[in-house]
Amino acid sequence: MIVPNYLMHSDAARHEFDAYRVRRDFPILNQTVHGHPLVYLDNGATSQKPQCVIDAVNDYYCWNNANVHRGVHTLSERATHAYEQAREVVGRFINASHHHEIIFVRGTTEAINLVAQSYARPRLRPGDEILITEMEHHSNIVPWQIVCQQTGARLRVVPINDAGELQLDKYAELLGSRTRLVGVVHLSNSLGTINPVREIIDAAHARGIPVLVDGAQAVPHIPVDVQALGCDFYAFSGHKIYGPTGIGILYGKPDLLEAMEPYQGGGEMIRRVTFEESLYNVVPYKFEAGTPNIAGAIGLGTALEYLAQFGLEAVGEYEDALLARATEAVSDISGLRIIGTAAQKGGILSFVMDGVHPHDIGTILDTEGVAIRAGHHCTMPLMTRYGIPGTARASFAIYNTKEDVDALIRGIEKAREVFDR
Amino acid sequence: MTDLRELYEEVILDHNRNPRNYPKIPLGHNCEAHGFNPLCGDEFRIYLTVEDGIIQDAGFEGAGCAISTASASLMTEALKGMEVGRAEALFAEVHRLLTEEEQAGEPSEMLGKLTVLTGVKEYPMRVKCATLAWHTMHAALHQREKTICTE
Repeated sequence: MIVPNYLMHSDAARHEFDAYRVRRDFPILNQTVHGHPLVYLDNGATSQKPQCVIDAVNDYYCWNNANVHRGVHTLSERATHAYEQAREVVGRFINASHHHEIIFVRGTTEAINLVAQSYARPRLRPGDEILITEMEHHSNIVPWQIVCQQTGARLRVVPINDAGELQLDKYAELLGSRTRLVGVVHLSNSLGTINPVREIIDAAHARGIPVLVDGAQAVPHIPVDVQALGCDFYAFSGHKIYGPTGIGILYGKPDLLEAMEPYQGGGEMIRRVTFEESLYNVVPYKFEAGTPNIAGAIGLGTALEYLAQFGLEAVGEYEDALLARATEAVSDISGLRIIGTAAQKGGILSFVMDGVHPHDIGTILDTEGVAIRAGHHCTMPLMTRYGIPGTARASFAIYNTKEDVDALIRGIEKAREVFDR
Repeated sequence: MTDLRELYEEVILDHNRNPRNYPKIPLGHNCEAHGFNPLCGDEFRIYLTVEDGIIQDAGFEGAGCAISTASASLMTEALKGMEVGRAEALFAEVHRLLTEEEQAGEPSEMLGKLTVLTGVKEYPMRVKCATLAWHTMHAALHQREKTICTE
Protein backbone atom coordinates (compact mmCIF):
# COMPACT_ATOMS: atom_id res chain seq x y z
CA MET A 1 0.00 0.00 0.00
CA ILE A 2 1.20 3.50 -0.80
CA VAL A 3 1.66 5.59 2.32
CA PRO A 4 0.81 9.29 2.13
CA ASN A 5 3.86 11.49 2.63
CA TYR A 6 2.06 13.23 5.42
CA LEU A 7 1.97 9.99 7.39
CA MET A 8 5.49 8.84 6.62
CA HIS A 9 7.45 11.96 7.41
CA SER A 10 6.47 12.38 11.02
CA ASP A 11 9.50 12.56 13.27
CA ALA A 12 8.08 10.14 15.80
CA ALA A 13 7.71 7.40 13.20
CA ARG A 14 11.48 7.10 13.06
CA HIS A 15 11.64 6.25 16.73
CA GLU A 16 10.52 3.06 18.40
CA PHE A 17 6.82 3.19 19.19
CA ASP A 18 6.42 3.72 22.94
CA ALA A 19 3.01 2.56 24.17
CA TYR A 20 3.94 3.25 27.79
CA ARG A 21 4.36 6.91 26.95
CA VAL A 22 1.18 6.91 24.87
CA ARG A 23 -0.76 5.53 27.86
CA ARG A 24 -0.02 8.70 29.80
CA ASP A 25 -2.10 10.65 27.24
CA PHE A 26 -5.24 8.63 28.07
CA PRO A 27 -6.59 9.58 31.51
CA ILE A 28 -9.26 6.87 31.53
CA LEU A 29 -6.65 4.11 31.60
CA ASN A 30 -5.48 5.22 35.01
CA GLN A 31 -8.12 3.36 37.04
CA THR A 32 -8.90 -0.01 38.52
CA VAL A 33 -11.89 -2.21 37.69
CA HIS A 34 -12.91 -4.86 40.25
CA GLY A 35 -9.63 -4.17 42.04
CA HIS A 36 -7.45 -4.73 38.95
CA PRO A 37 -5.79 -2.15 36.69
CA LEU A 38 -8.08 -1.55 33.71
CA VAL A 39 -7.01 -3.49 30.62
CA TYR A 40 -9.06 -2.07 27.79
CA LEU A 41 -9.23 -4.45 24.82
CA ASP A 42 -12.59 -3.41 23.37
CA ASN A 43 -11.13 -0.92 20.93
CA GLY A 44 -13.03 -2.41 18.00
CA ALA A 45 -16.23 -1.20 19.68
CA THR A 46 -14.84 2.21 20.60
CA SER A 47 -11.44 3.58 21.44
CA GLN A 48 -10.52 5.74 24.43
CA LYS A 49 -9.75 9.44 23.99
CA PRO A 50 -6.43 11.19 24.60
CA GLN A 51 -6.40 14.29 26.82
CA CYS A 52 -5.80 16.54 23.79
CA VAL A 53 -9.12 15.44 22.23
CA ILE A 54 -10.98 15.91 25.52
CA ASP A 55 -9.37 19.36 25.81
CA ALA A 56 -10.23 20.31 22.22
CA VAL A 57 -13.91 19.57 22.80
CA ASN A 58 -13.81 21.29 26.18
CA ASP A 59 -12.01 24.38 24.84
CA TYR A 60 -14.49 24.69 22.01
CA TYR A 61 -17.40 24.85 24.45
CA CYS A 62 -15.50 27.05 26.92
CA TRP A 63 -14.24 29.64 24.43
CA ASN A 64 -15.43 29.30 20.86
CA ASN A 65 -18.95 27.88 20.81
CA ALA A 66 -21.08 29.44 18.07
CA ASN A 67 -22.89 28.27 14.98
CA VAL A 68 -20.82 27.79 11.84
CA HIS A 69 -21.07 29.45 8.42
CA ARG A 70 -23.66 31.93 9.71
CA GLY A 71 -22.67 34.68 12.11
CA VAL A 72 -20.51 37.71 11.42
CA HIS A 73 -19.33 37.82 15.00
CA THR A 74 -15.97 36.72 16.35
CA LEU A 75 -17.05 33.46 17.98
CA SER A 76 -18.83 32.30 14.84
CA GLU A 77 -15.73 33.05 12.83
CA ARG A 78 -13.60 31.05 15.25
CA ALA A 79 -16.01 28.11 15.28
CA THR A 80 -16.23 28.09 11.48
CA HIS A 81 -12.48 28.26 11.16
CA ALA A 82 -11.93 25.37 13.59
CA TYR A 83 -14.64 23.26 11.93
CA GLU A 84 -13.22 23.80 8.44
CA GLN A 85 -9.67 23.22 9.65
CA ALA A 86 -10.81 19.85 10.97
CA ARG A 87 -12.12 19.04 7.50
CA GLU A 88 -8.70 19.82 6.06
CA VAL A 89 -7.00 17.60 8.63
CA VAL A 90 -9.31 14.72 7.68
CA GLY A 91 -8.64 15.30 3.99
CA ARG A 92 -4.88 15.15 4.56
CA PHE A 93 -5.18 12.11 6.83
CA ILE A 94 -6.74 9.95 4.09
CA ASN A 95 -5.00 11.89 1.29
CA ALA A 96 -8.12 13.21 -0.41
CA SER A 97 -7.31 15.43 -3.38
CA HIS A 98 -9.40 18.25 -1.91
CA HIS A 99 -11.02 18.79 1.49
CA HIS A 100 -14.37 19.40 -0.21
CA GLU A 101 -14.47 15.65 -0.75
CA ILE A 102 -14.86 15.26 3.03
CA ILE A 103 -18.41 15.22 4.39
CA PHE A 104 -19.05 15.30 8.12
CA VAL A 105 -21.68 12.77 9.16
CA ARG A 106 -22.62 11.04 12.43
CA GLY A 107 -20.55 7.95 11.78
CA THR A 108 -19.85 5.12 9.35
CA THR A 109 -23.47 4.01 9.51
CA GLU A 110 -24.79 7.39 8.40
CA ALA A 111 -22.12 7.64 5.69
CA ILE A 112 -23.26 4.35 4.15
CA ASN A 113 -26.94 5.27 4.44
CA LEU A 114 -26.15 8.54 2.71
CA VAL A 115 -24.57 6.74 -0.25
CA ALA A 116 -27.40 4.19 -0.35
CA GLN A 117 -30.08 6.87 -0.47
CA SER A 118 -28.41 9.71 -2.37
CA TYR A 119 -26.23 7.79 -4.80
CA ALA A 120 -27.75 4.33 -5.21
CA ARG A 121 -31.49 4.85 -4.82
CA PRO A 122 -32.09 7.20 -7.78
CA ARG A 123 -29.90 5.04 -10.02
CA LEU A 124 -31.16 1.53 -9.18
CA ARG A 125 -33.70 -0.26 -11.37
CA PRO A 126 -35.46 -3.57 -10.68
CA GLY A 127 -33.01 -6.42 -11.27
CA ASP A 128 -29.92 -4.29 -10.66
CA GLU A 129 -27.48 -5.65 -8.10
CA ILE A 130 -25.54 -4.37 -5.11
CA LEU A 131 -22.57 -6.58 -4.27
CA ILE A 132 -21.31 -6.85 -0.69
CA THR A 133 -19.38 -9.55 1.22
CA GLU A 134 -20.19 -12.18 3.80
CA MET A 135 -18.06 -10.42 6.45
CA GLU A 136 -19.86 -7.06 6.39
CA HIS A 137 -21.04 -5.29 9.52
CA HIS A 138 -24.83 -4.82 9.70
CA SER A 139 -24.22 -1.17 8.80
CA ASN A 140 -22.94 -2.27 5.39
CA ILE A 141 -25.82 -4.74 4.89
CA VAL A 142 -29.04 -3.15 6.13
CA PRO A 143 -28.80 0.20 4.23
CA TRP A 144 -28.48 -1.84 1.00
CA GLN A 145 -31.39 -4.10 1.95
CA ILE A 146 -33.51 -0.99 2.47
CA VAL A 147 -32.53 0.51 -0.88
CA CYS A 148 -33.13 -2.86 -2.57
CA GLN A 149 -36.65 -2.94 -1.14
CA GLN A 150 -37.21 0.60 -2.36
CA THR A 151 -36.02 -0.06 -5.90
CA GLY A 152 -36.44 -3.77 -6.65
CA ALA A 153 -32.67 -4.25 -6.82
CA ARG A 154 -31.01 -7.40 -5.47
CA LEU A 155 -28.33 -7.82 -2.81
CA ARG A 156 -25.59 -10.29 -3.78
CA VAL A 157 -22.94 -11.58 -1.37
CA VAL A 158 -19.30 -12.58 -1.97
CA PRO A 159 -18.53 -15.67 0.17
CA ILE A 160 -15.46 -16.14 2.37
CA ASN A 161 -13.30 -19.20 3.03
CA ASP A 162 -12.88 -20.81 6.47
CA ALA A 163 -9.91 -18.59 7.27
CA GLY A 164 -12.12 -15.55 6.79
CA GLU A 165 -10.70 -14.39 3.46
CA LEU A 166 -12.82 -13.27 0.54
CA GLN A 167 -13.10 -15.78 -2.29
CA LEU A 168 -11.86 -13.47 -5.01
CA ASP A 169 -12.69 -15.91 -7.81
CA LYS A 170 -16.32 -15.84 -6.64
CA TYR A 171 -16.12 -12.05 -6.48
CA ALA A 172 -15.02 -11.94 -10.10
CA GLU A 173 -17.95 -14.20 -11.07
CA LEU A 174 -20.46 -12.11 -9.13
CA LEU A 175 -19.34 -8.83 -10.72
CA GLY A 176 -21.88 -8.75 -13.53
CA SER A 177 -23.61 -6.54 -16.01
CA ARG A 178 -26.29 -5.71 -13.43
CA THR A 179 -23.85 -4.83 -10.61
CA ARG A 180 -24.29 -1.16 -9.81
CA LEU A 181 -22.15 -0.79 -6.70
CA VAL A 182 -19.71 -2.81 -4.58
CA GLY A 183 -19.59 -2.37 -0.79
CA VAL A 184 -16.66 -3.94 1.06
CA VAL A 185 -15.16 -3.70 4.52
CA HIS A 186 -11.47 -2.73 4.61
CA LEU A 187 -10.66 -4.44 7.95
CA SER A 188 -13.25 -6.85 9.36
CA ASN A 189 -14.41 -6.00 12.88
CA SER A 190 -15.18 -9.65 13.69
CA LEU A 191 -12.32 -11.48 11.97
CA GLY A 192 -9.54 -8.91 11.68
CA THR A 193 -9.18 -9.74 7.98
CA ILE A 194 -7.65 -6.97 5.89
CA ASN A 195 -9.25 -7.22 2.47
CA PRO A 196 -7.31 -6.56 -0.75
CA VAL A 197 -9.44 -3.51 -1.45
CA ARG A 198 -7.15 -2.14 -4.16
CA GLU A 199 -7.60 -5.36 -6.16
CA ILE A 200 -11.34 -5.36 -5.47
CA ILE A 201 -11.66 -1.76 -6.62
CA ASP A 202 -9.61 -2.34 -9.78
CA ALA A 203 -11.79 -5.30 -10.77
CA ALA A 204 -14.97 -3.27 -10.24
CA HIS A 205 -13.61 -0.24 -12.07
CA ALA A 206 -12.69 -2.40 -15.04
CA ARG A 207 -16.46 -2.80 -15.40
CA GLY A 208 -17.23 0.81 -14.54
CA ILE A 209 -18.70 -0.11 -11.13
CA PRO A 210 -18.10 2.25 -8.17
CA VAL A 211 -16.89 0.91 -4.82
CA LEU A 212 -17.68 1.99 -1.26
CA VAL A 213 -15.14 0.96 1.38
CA ASP A 214 -16.20 0.65 5.03
CA GLY A 215 -13.06 1.85 6.78
CA ALA A 216 -14.36 2.04 10.37
CA GLN A 217 -11.84 -0.50 11.68
CA ALA A 218 -9.08 0.20 9.17
CA VAL A 219 -8.31 3.90 9.66
CA PRO A 220 -6.98 3.60 13.24
CA HIS A 221 -4.62 0.75 12.31
CA ILE A 222 -3.33 1.01 8.74
CA PRO A 223 -2.37 3.92 6.49
CA VAL A 224 -5.27 4.80 4.19
CA ASP A 225 -4.75 6.76 1.00
CA VAL A 226 -8.04 7.13 -0.85
CA GLN A 227 -6.34 8.30 -4.05
CA ALA A 228 -3.96 5.34 -4.10
CA LEU A 229 -6.88 2.97 -3.42
CA GLY A 230 -9.01 4.66 -6.04
CA CYS A 231 -12.18 4.04 -4.02
CA ASP A 232 -15.27 6.05 -4.90
CA PHE A 233 -16.52 6.31 -1.32
CA TYR A 234 -14.72 5.72 1.97
CA ALA A 235 -16.57 5.79 5.30
CA PHE A 236 -15.31 5.86 8.88
CA SER A 237 -16.23 6.90 12.41
CA GLY A 238 -14.51 9.31 14.76
CA HIS A 239 -14.96 7.35 17.96
CA LYS A 240 -12.97 4.31 16.81
CA ILE A 241 -9.97 6.49 15.98
CA TYR A 242 -9.56 8.23 19.35
CA GLY A 243 -12.12 10.93 18.52
CA PRO A 244 -15.56 11.73 19.92
CA THR A 245 -18.76 9.76 19.28
CA GLY A 246 -21.39 11.14 16.94
CA ILE A 247 -18.96 12.30 14.27
CA GLY A 248 -17.83 10.42 11.20
CA ILE A 249 -16.64 10.90 7.66
CA LEU A 250 -17.81 10.14 4.19
CA TYR A 251 -15.17 10.66 1.55
CA GLY A 252 -16.51 10.72 -2.00
CA LYS A 253 -15.03 11.38 -5.42
CA PRO A 254 -16.02 14.92 -6.38
CA ASP A 255 -17.79 14.07 -9.65
CA LEU A 256 -19.96 11.49 -7.85
CA LEU A 257 -20.75 13.87 -4.99
CA GLU A 258 -21.66 16.63 -7.45
CA ALA A 259 -24.08 14.37 -9.29
CA MET A 260 -25.80 13.11 -6.13
CA GLU A 261 -29.06 14.27 -4.62
CA PRO A 262 -28.96 15.78 -1.11
CA TYR A 263 -29.42 13.30 1.74
CA GLN A 264 -31.46 15.51 4.07
CA GLY A 265 -33.05 18.90 3.55
CA GLY A 266 -32.73 21.84 5.90
CA GLY A 267 -30.51 24.74 6.81
CA GLU A 268 -26.87 24.91 5.74
CA MET A 269 -27.43 22.70 2.68
CA ILE A 270 -29.19 25.40 0.63
CA ARG A 271 -28.20 28.45 -1.42
CA ARG A 272 -31.63 30.01 -1.80
CA VAL A 273 -35.08 28.89 -0.69
CA THR A 274 -38.49 29.95 -1.97
CA PHE A 275 -41.74 28.08 -1.45
CA GLU A 276 -41.57 26.99 -5.07
CA GLU A 277 -38.08 25.53 -5.06
CA SER A 278 -34.70 25.49 -3.37
CA LEU A 279 -31.25 25.86 -4.80
CA TYR A 280 -28.81 23.56 -3.06
CA ASN A 281 -25.48 24.52 -1.62
CA VAL A 282 -22.23 23.20 -3.09
CA VAL A 283 -20.46 19.99 -2.02
CA PRO A 284 -19.81 19.16 0.82
CA TYR A 285 -22.40 21.49 2.42
CA LYS A 286 -25.15 20.00 0.26
CA PHE A 287 -24.85 16.90 2.45
CA GLU A 288 -24.57 18.66 5.82
CA ALA A 289 -28.11 19.78 6.57
CA GLY A 290 -28.67 21.39 9.95
CA THR A 291 -26.18 22.56 12.53
CA PRO A 292 -23.41 19.95 12.47
CA ASN A 293 -21.56 18.29 15.34
CA ILE A 294 -19.02 21.12 15.49
CA ALA A 295 -17.30 20.01 18.70
CA GLY A 296 -17.17 16.43 17.37
CA ALA A 297 -15.53 17.53 14.12
CA ILE A 298 -12.94 19.58 16.01
CA GLY A 299 -12.30 16.65 18.36
CA LEU A 300 -11.89 14.31 15.40
CA GLY A 301 -9.41 16.65 13.72
CA THR A 302 -7.39 16.73 16.93
CA ALA A 303 -7.53 12.94 17.23
CA LEU A 304 -6.22 12.44 13.69
CA GLU A 305 -3.36 14.88 14.26
CA TYR A 306 -2.57 13.08 17.49
CA LEU A 307 -2.48 9.67 15.80
CA ALA A 308 -0.59 10.89 12.73
CA GLN A 309 2.37 12.04 14.87
CA PHE A 310 3.25 8.37 15.48
CA GLY A 311 3.10 7.36 11.82
CA LEU A 312 0.45 4.84 10.84
CA GLU A 313 3.05 2.34 9.64
CA ALA A 314 4.61 2.29 13.11
CA VAL A 315 1.18 2.02 14.74
CA GLY A 316 0.22 -0.91 12.53
CA GLU A 317 3.50 -2.72 13.16
CA TYR A 318 3.17 -2.27 16.90
CA GLU A 319 -0.41 -3.55 17.00
CA ASP A 320 0.54 -6.49 14.76
CA ALA A 321 3.18 -7.46 17.30
CA LEU A 322 0.57 -7.44 20.08
CA LEU A 323 -1.72 -9.58 17.94
CA ALA A 324 1.10 -12.02 17.20
CA ARG A 325 1.90 -12.34 20.91
CA ALA A 326 -1.77 -12.96 21.76
CA THR A 327 -2.28 -15.39 18.88
CA GLU A 328 0.71 -17.46 19.93
CA ALA A 329 -0.32 -17.51 23.59
CA VAL A 330 -3.92 -18.59 23.02
CA SER A 331 -2.81 -21.47 20.81
CA ASP A 332 -1.70 -23.21 24.02
CA ILE A 333 -5.14 -22.96 25.64
CA SER A 334 -7.09 -26.19 25.29
CA GLY A 335 -10.38 -26.04 23.41
CA LEU A 336 -9.80 -22.50 22.13
CA ARG A 337 -10.37 -21.79 18.46
CA ILE A 338 -9.51 -18.53 16.71
CA ILE A 339 -12.22 -17.27 14.35
CA GLY A 340 -10.49 -15.39 11.56
CA THR A 341 -7.08 -16.68 10.53
CA ALA A 342 -6.56 -14.71 7.33
CA ALA A 343 -3.01 -14.21 6.07
CA GLN A 344 -3.59 -10.44 6.15
CA LYS A 345 -4.92 -9.44 9.57
CA GLY A 346 -5.15 -6.32 11.74
CA GLY A 347 -5.20 -6.10 15.54
CA ILE A 348 -8.31 -8.20 16.26
CA LEU A 349 -8.40 -11.57 18.00
CA SER A 350 -11.78 -13.30 17.86
CA PHE A 351 -12.19 -16.71 19.45
CA VAL A 352 -14.54 -19.33 20.84
CA MET A 353 -13.90 -21.90 23.58
CA ASP A 354 -15.36 -25.38 23.98
CA GLY A 355 -17.92 -25.40 26.77
CA VAL A 356 -17.57 -21.72 27.63
CA HIS A 357 -19.95 -19.25 26.01
CA PRO A 358 -18.38 -15.94 24.84
CA HIS A 359 -20.60 -14.04 27.28
CA ASP A 360 -19.25 -16.03 30.21
CA ILE A 361 -15.68 -15.40 29.02
CA GLY A 362 -16.51 -11.67 28.92
CA THR A 363 -17.88 -11.67 32.47
CA ILE A 364 -14.94 -13.60 33.90
CA LEU A 365 -12.43 -11.33 32.14
CA ASP A 366 -14.28 -8.28 33.47
CA THR A 367 -13.81 -9.48 37.04
CA GLU A 368 -10.07 -9.40 36.24
CA GLY A 369 -10.34 -5.82 34.94
CA VAL A 370 -10.05 -6.93 31.30
CA ALA A 371 -12.63 -5.39 28.95
CA ILE A 372 -13.38 -7.36 25.77
CA ARG A 373 -16.42 -7.70 23.54
CA ALA A 374 -18.57 -10.83 23.50
CA GLY A 375 -21.33 -11.44 21.00
CA HIS A 376 -22.03 -11.33 17.28
CA HIS A 377 -20.29 -7.94 16.76
CA CYS A 378 -23.13 -6.79 14.49
CA THR A 379 -22.14 -9.43 11.96
CA MET A 380 -24.92 -12.00 12.44
CA PRO A 381 -24.67 -13.49 8.91
CA LEU A 382 -20.95 -14.07 9.51
CA MET A 383 -21.67 -15.88 12.80
CA THR A 384 -24.22 -18.02 10.94
CA ARG A 385 -21.53 -18.80 8.35
CA TYR A 386 -19.28 -20.16 11.13
CA GLY A 387 -22.19 -21.85 12.93
CA ILE A 388 -21.51 -20.01 16.21
CA PRO A 389 -23.70 -17.68 18.30
CA GLY A 390 -20.86 -15.21 18.72
CA THR A 391 -17.22 -14.85 19.66
CA ALA A 392 -15.12 -13.29 22.37
CA ARG A 393 -13.07 -10.51 20.80
CA ALA A 394 -9.99 -8.68 21.99
CA SER A 395 -9.06 -5.69 19.82
CA PHE A 396 -5.86 -3.72 20.23
CA ALA A 397 -5.00 -0.02 20.18
CA ILE A 398 -1.91 2.17 20.49
CA TYR A 399 -2.06 2.23 24.31
CA ASN A 400 -2.15 -1.54 24.78
CA THR A 401 0.99 -3.29 25.97
CA LYS A 402 2.34 -6.80 26.16
CA GLU A 403 1.28 -6.75 29.82
CA ASP A 404 -2.31 -6.21 28.60
CA VAL A 405 -1.98 -9.25 26.36
CA ASP A 406 -0.66 -11.27 29.31
CA ALA A 407 -3.62 -10.17 31.47
CA LEU A 408 -5.94 -11.28 28.67
CA ILE A 409 -4.31 -14.70 28.53
CA ARG A 410 -4.47 -15.09 32.34
CA GLY A 411 -8.16 -14.18 32.22
CA ILE A 412 -8.92 -16.72 29.50
CA GLU A 413 -7.06 -19.39 31.49
CA LYS A 414 -9.14 -18.44 34.50
CA ALA A 415 -12.36 -18.86 32.49
CA ARG A 416 -11.14 -22.33 31.48
CA GLU A 417 -10.43 -23.07 35.15
CA VAL A 418 -13.85 -21.86 36.41
CA PHE A 419 -15.68 -23.97 33.85
CA ASP A 420 -13.49 -27.05 34.21
CA ARG A 421 -13.77 -27.29 37.98
CA MET B 1 -12.62 -15.36 42.88
CA THR B 2 -15.22 -15.52 45.69
CA ASP B 3 -17.51 -13.34 43.58
CA LEU B 4 -17.09 -15.50 40.53
CA ARG B 5 -17.86 -18.64 42.48
CA GLU B 6 -21.11 -17.05 43.58
CA LEU B 7 -22.06 -16.38 39.97
CA TYR B 8 -20.83 -19.69 38.60
CA GLU B 9 -22.19 -21.93 41.37
CA GLU B 10 -21.56 -25.67 41.10
CA VAL B 11 -25.26 -26.19 40.35
CA ILE B 12 -25.18 -23.63 37.54
CA LEU B 13 -22.08 -25.17 35.97
CA ASP B 14 -23.68 -28.61 36.25
CA HIS B 15 -26.93 -27.50 34.59
CA ASN B 16 -24.91 -25.71 31.89
CA ARG B 17 -22.88 -28.83 31.18
CA ASN B 18 -25.84 -31.20 31.35
CA PRO B 19 -29.04 -29.24 30.84
CA ARG B 20 -32.16 -31.12 32.01
CA ASN B 21 -35.15 -31.49 29.69
CA TYR B 22 -32.88 -30.51 26.82
CA PRO B 23 -33.09 -30.76 23.94
CA LYS B 24 -36.64 -31.90 24.42
CA ILE B 25 -40.04 -31.26 22.88
CA PRO B 26 -42.52 -32.92 25.29
CA LEU B 27 -45.11 -35.18 23.69
CA GLY B 28 -48.46 -33.46 23.37
CA HIS B 29 -47.04 -30.05 24.23
CA ASN B 30 -49.67 -27.34 23.81
CA CYS B 31 -47.75 -24.19 24.76
CA GLU B 32 -44.55 -22.91 23.23
CA ALA B 33 -42.71 -19.67 22.77
CA HIS B 34 -39.46 -18.39 21.33
CA GLY B 35 -37.10 -16.24 23.39
CA PHE B 36 -34.20 -14.28 21.93
CA ASN B 37 -31.67 -11.83 23.28
CA PRO B 38 -30.30 -10.04 20.20
CA LEU B 39 -27.50 -8.47 22.22
CA CYS B 40 -25.76 -11.74 23.03
CA GLY B 41 -27.54 -14.15 20.70
CA ASP B 42 -29.05 -16.33 23.45
CA GLU B 43 -31.99 -18.11 21.88
CA PHE B 44 -34.39 -20.65 23.39
CA ARG B 45 -37.68 -22.28 22.53
CA ILE B 46 -39.69 -23.37 25.56
CA TYR B 47 -42.31 -26.13 25.31
CA LEU B 48 -44.96 -26.91 27.92
CA THR B 49 -47.63 -29.60 28.18
CA VAL B 50 -50.47 -28.10 30.21
CA GLU B 51 -53.42 -30.27 31.26
CA ASP B 52 -56.18 -29.26 33.68
CA GLY B 53 -54.23 -26.18 34.72
CA ILE B 54 -51.14 -28.18 35.58
CA ILE B 55 -47.80 -28.16 33.73
CA GLN B 56 -47.35 -31.88 33.15
CA ASP B 57 -44.11 -31.63 31.20
CA ALA B 58 -41.59 -29.03 30.11
CA GLY B 59 -38.63 -28.95 27.74
CA PHE B 60 -36.44 -26.55 25.82
CA GLU B 61 -34.21 -26.18 22.80
CA GLY B 62 -31.69 -23.58 21.73
CA ALA B 63 -28.37 -22.24 22.90
CA GLY B 64 -27.05 -19.60 25.23
CA CYS B 65 -24.48 -18.77 27.86
CA ALA B 66 -24.02 -20.72 31.09
CA ILE B 67 -26.39 -18.47 33.04
CA SER B 68 -29.25 -18.57 30.54
CA THR B 69 -28.87 -22.31 29.89
CA ALA B 70 -28.73 -23.22 33.59
CA SER B 71 -31.68 -20.95 34.35
CA ALA B 72 -33.75 -22.60 31.59
CA SER B 73 -32.75 -26.06 32.77
CA LEU B 74 -33.56 -25.33 36.43
CA MET B 75 -36.84 -23.78 35.37
CA THR B 76 -38.06 -26.78 33.39
CA GLU B 77 -37.20 -28.99 36.37
CA ALA B 78 -39.13 -26.76 38.76
CA LEU B 79 -42.19 -26.39 36.53
CA LYS B 80 -43.04 -30.05 36.13
CA GLY B 81 -46.22 -30.90 38.03
CA MET B 82 -46.81 -27.26 38.96
CA GLU B 83 -50.11 -25.41 38.69
CA VAL B 84 -50.06 -22.65 36.08
CA GLY B 85 -50.90 -19.99 38.67
CA ARG B 86 -48.04 -21.17 40.86
CA ALA B 87 -45.65 -21.10 37.89
CA GLU B 88 -46.53 -17.45 37.35
CA ALA B 89 -45.95 -16.77 41.06
CA LEU B 90 -42.57 -18.53 40.82
CA PHE B 91 -41.64 -16.35 37.82
CA ALA B 92 -42.44 -13.28 39.95
CA GLU B 93 -40.27 -14.63 42.78
CA VAL B 94 -37.33 -15.33 40.45
CA HIS B 95 -37.70 -11.88 38.96
CA ARG B 96 -37.64 -10.37 42.45
CA LEU B 97 -34.60 -12.46 43.41
CA LEU B 98 -32.69 -11.22 40.38
CA THR B 99 -33.69 -7.58 40.29
CA GLU B 100 -34.61 -6.25 43.74
CA GLU B 101 -31.71 -4.55 45.42
CA GLU B 102 -32.76 -5.22 49.01
CA GLN B 103 -34.31 -8.56 49.76
CA ALA B 104 -36.82 -8.27 52.62
CA GLY B 105 -36.00 -11.30 54.74
CA GLU B 106 -35.09 -14.74 53.45
CA PRO B 107 -35.74 -15.68 49.82
CA SER B 108 -39.17 -17.23 49.33
CA GLU B 109 -39.30 -20.94 50.11
CA MET B 110 -40.93 -21.71 46.80
CA LEU B 111 -37.65 -20.84 45.03
CA GLY B 112 -35.92 -23.93 46.41
CA LYS B 113 -32.89 -24.79 44.28
CA LEU B 114 -33.42 -21.66 42.19
CA THR B 115 -31.70 -19.56 44.87
CA VAL B 116 -28.42 -20.55 43.14
CA LEU B 117 -29.29 -17.72 40.74
CA THR B 118 -28.86 -15.15 43.55
CA GLY B 119 -25.28 -14.36 42.51
CA VAL B 120 -26.43 -13.10 39.10
CA LYS B 121 -27.85 -9.98 40.74
CA GLU B 122 -24.29 -8.69 41.28
CA TYR B 123 -23.80 -8.73 37.49
CA PRO B 124 -26.47 -6.38 36.10
CA MET B 125 -25.42 -7.09 32.51
CA ARG B 126 -26.24 -10.77 33.05
CA VAL B 127 -29.66 -10.50 34.68
CA LYS B 128 -31.31 -10.66 31.28
CA CYS B 129 -29.53 -13.95 30.60
CA ALA B 130 -31.11 -15.45 33.71
CA THR B 131 -34.61 -14.14 33.02
CA LEU B 132 -34.81 -15.02 29.31
CA ALA B 133 -36.24 -18.53 29.80
CA TRP B 134 -38.73 -17.26 32.37
CA HIS B 135 -40.10 -14.50 30.16
CA THR B 136 -40.37 -17.06 27.39
CA MET B 137 -42.24 -19.50 29.66
CA HIS B 138 -44.62 -16.69 30.64
CA ALA B 139 -45.26 -15.98 26.96
CA ALA B 140 -45.81 -19.68 26.24
CA LEU B 141 -48.47 -19.86 28.95
CA HIS B 142 -50.17 -16.83 27.40
CA GLN B 143 -49.74 -18.24 23.89
CA ARG B 144 -48.13 -15.10 22.60
CA GLU B 145 -47.13 -15.47 19.00
CA LYS B 146 -44.28 -13.01 18.86
CA THR B 147 -40.71 -13.69 19.82
CA ILE B 148 -39.92 -12.65 23.36
CA CYS B 149 -37.00 -10.35 23.62
CA THR B 150 -35.12 -9.47 26.78
CA GLU B 151 -33.52 -6.42 25.25
